[in-house]
Amino acid sequence: MIQDFGWSSVQFLIMGLTWTVGLSAMTFVLGGFFGLFLAMGRALGPNWLKLVIAGYIQIVQATPLLIIVFLCFYGLSFLGLHFPPFAAAAISLAVYATAYLADIWRGCIEAIPKTQWEAADALALSRIQRLRYVILPQALRIALGPTVGFMVQIVKNTSVTALIGFVELTRAGQLLNNMTFQPFHVFLTVAAMYFALCYPLSWWSEKLKERKSGVSAH
Amino acid sequence: MASLRIEDLWKSYGAVQVLKGVSLSVGEGDVVAVIGRSGSGKSTMLRCINGLEQFQKGRIEVAGHMLDGSHSGLRELRKEVGMVFQSYNLFPHLNVAENIKLAPRVVKGVGKAECDEIVVQVLARVGLSDKAYAYPDELSGGQQQRVAIARSLAMQPKVMLFDEVTSALDPELTGEVLLTIAELAKAGMTMVLVTHEMGFARRVATHTVFMNEGKIWEEGPSEELFANPRTPELANFIAPDLK
Amino acid sequence: MAYEMNFAPVLARAPLLVQGATDTIVLSAQSITLGLAIGLAAAIVRTNGPKWSSVLAGVYVEAFRNTPLLVQLFLIFFGLPYLGLRMSAEQAALFAVSINLGAYSTEIFRAGLMAIPKTQIEAGLALGMSRLQVLRHVVIVPALRIIYPALTGQLTLTLLGTSIVSAISASELTLAGARIESQTFRSLETFLVIAAIYISITFAFRLVYWLIGLRLFRRKKAPSVAQAVRPATSSEAAS
Repeated sequence: MIQDFGWSSVQFLIMGLTWTVGLSAMTFVLGGFFGLFLAMGRALGPNWLKLVIAGYIQIVQATPLLIIVFLCFYGLSFLGLHFPPFAAAAISLAVYATAYLADIWRGCIEAIPKTQWEAADALALSRIQRLRYVILPQALRIALGPTVGFMVQIVKNTSVTALIGFVELTRAGQLLNNMTFQPFHVFLTVAAMYFALCYPLSWWSEKLKERKSGVSAH
Repeated sequence: MASLRIEDLWKSYGAVQVLKGVSLSVGEGDVVAVIGRSGSGKSTMLRCINGLEQFQKGRIEVAGHMLDGSHSGLRELRKEVGMVFQSYNLFPHLNVAENIKLAPRVVKGVGKAECDEIVVQVLARVGLSDKAYAYPDELSGGQQQRVAIARSLAMQPKVMLFDEVTSALDPELTGEVLLTIAELAKAGMTMVLVTHEMGFARRVATHTVFMNEGKIWEEGPSEELFANPRTPELANFIAPDLK
Repeated sequence: MAYEMNFAPVLARAPLLVQGATDTIVLSAQSITLGLAIGLAAAIVRTNGPKWSSVLAGVYVEAFRNTPLLVQLFLIFFGLPYLGLRMSAEQAALFAVSINLGAYSTEIFRAGLMAIPKTQIEAGLALGMSRLQVLRHVVIVPALRIIYPALTGQLTLTLLGTSIVSAISASELTLAGARIESQTFRSLETFLVIAAIYISITFAFRLVYWLIGLRLFRRKKAPSVAQAVRPATSSEAAS
């Protein structure tokens, strides 16, 4: 059936947009949760743990997200676990986001000068207390800008799940294009919607980074 | 013939008037020290002379080149007017020899063999012949500044400008740089030095210029100027050094 | 678990894998060359150009950094023919990936250019160099050194991003994987092998970046005497 690109098309895309937002949020929560543990393990854990986590980060960061998505979607179903597209999408994006967020946050923890640990140690704080009251609050400040910046990557990268048939914004655009045959209008609208989602995050991320560098520079 | 003539130079940054009608004449072989409090406009004047700052009104004639506040002809001028900065500004990715060769090679098109000769020559003049292959971060501040002087000399300038070249140095390192400059003076180089080193100005400079509030407040032969300041401002300014 | 791994049917299609890997390497190398050229030009325009061109470069950067590569690819491959600009899948892929990298590298190059102290530029100008000569001899290498980790990180993301172009059936490694998967029905094995190849290519590219970095930022040592006195040490390799 051929239809014109009109208001109902936009409504259809907005439906896809809400799935993009939902999947992004889910990815961030899952990736953030696991990423935090891996970041701390990578920065502060025993050597064997550091090695395992570093290996995980290295491998994920050298594999295309699309391949990770395929591995989850096609591959694992053969192991007897069948994932619906949304679950496969969420799991694979979480695997991806965990690695990147862990790497970003490890950098932030390690950026805190050693003297801060020593100062906290001199105050007789326990290892956990040093982390809780001295290191993490400072690391958090540094981490805010890059973390928000990575949220932009997450939002954009949810589009990859369109290729396993999960109907988020990009897939909705593909479907709509099949109905309207107006690819230019459709994909320009899709791009505009992503932009509306991502640009404020990018802008916020830059502000946070500026604030951080402003503090250290003056 | 004057190597440098400044006539009625006015310069402002927005609403702030930095130079208020400065006129100065420097003869060939003269060594002129410019002293004054920070904010008196002395560095700004120096930077106007080789076009790093543009000015609103006035004329500068240096080494036969005319500056009228526009940008034309600047490169020709800069080939003949060397400048040494407070922060040395050596190029960190190049070793000493490359730092020195760069401008002769790319600006003047000097050939490789001649460039190498220039390096040997100018390094000898600043007493760093053994440092040709060192990188800037392997040198002390004083050595870096002497390389910066050598780099400037490599262009065979007719006039050299020194912008507070010892201000960033530890006291024990200023001596070697001042010695290098004193030797240039002896060799007859025309120089304008903005400096905080009163004793050096008095000993080495043929003339000293005292700047205050964007004007040349007082000038004259160095010995005379330091011995008999005519204005209370200059007397105040140099007083601590005479004690 | 009843499933048994069997890589044989996948590995039997080695020629497809090799072809796919080659296409991915070629596409990546071309996009990187083109993308960096675009990025450097846009960064110079953005920092030194007239107001209108700097604004234009800014719009380009934001537009491409805030939309997915996949959508850019669709817009270029399906949308541009609507405007009369038709290209093959491979051309569209090269175009999309390059222009995407161009946007990211613009910002990276810009950060590098701005990180060079103004005094360095003044020193160059004071020696009589033109602005272009200062850029080329004084600014580029130190700037590149500052941004090198960020830049090579972005190049890795670009390499991985090329897998997306399989969505318009441009030939590269992921598409080869999809073909093999549809022939063998060995999905897990196929994509494990594909992943391993991507990981190898990624590490190979990183090795190349590292070697280029060594060459670009190396320090020349004194010809004879100094070398005998002080042999090249680990500090040289680290820089």
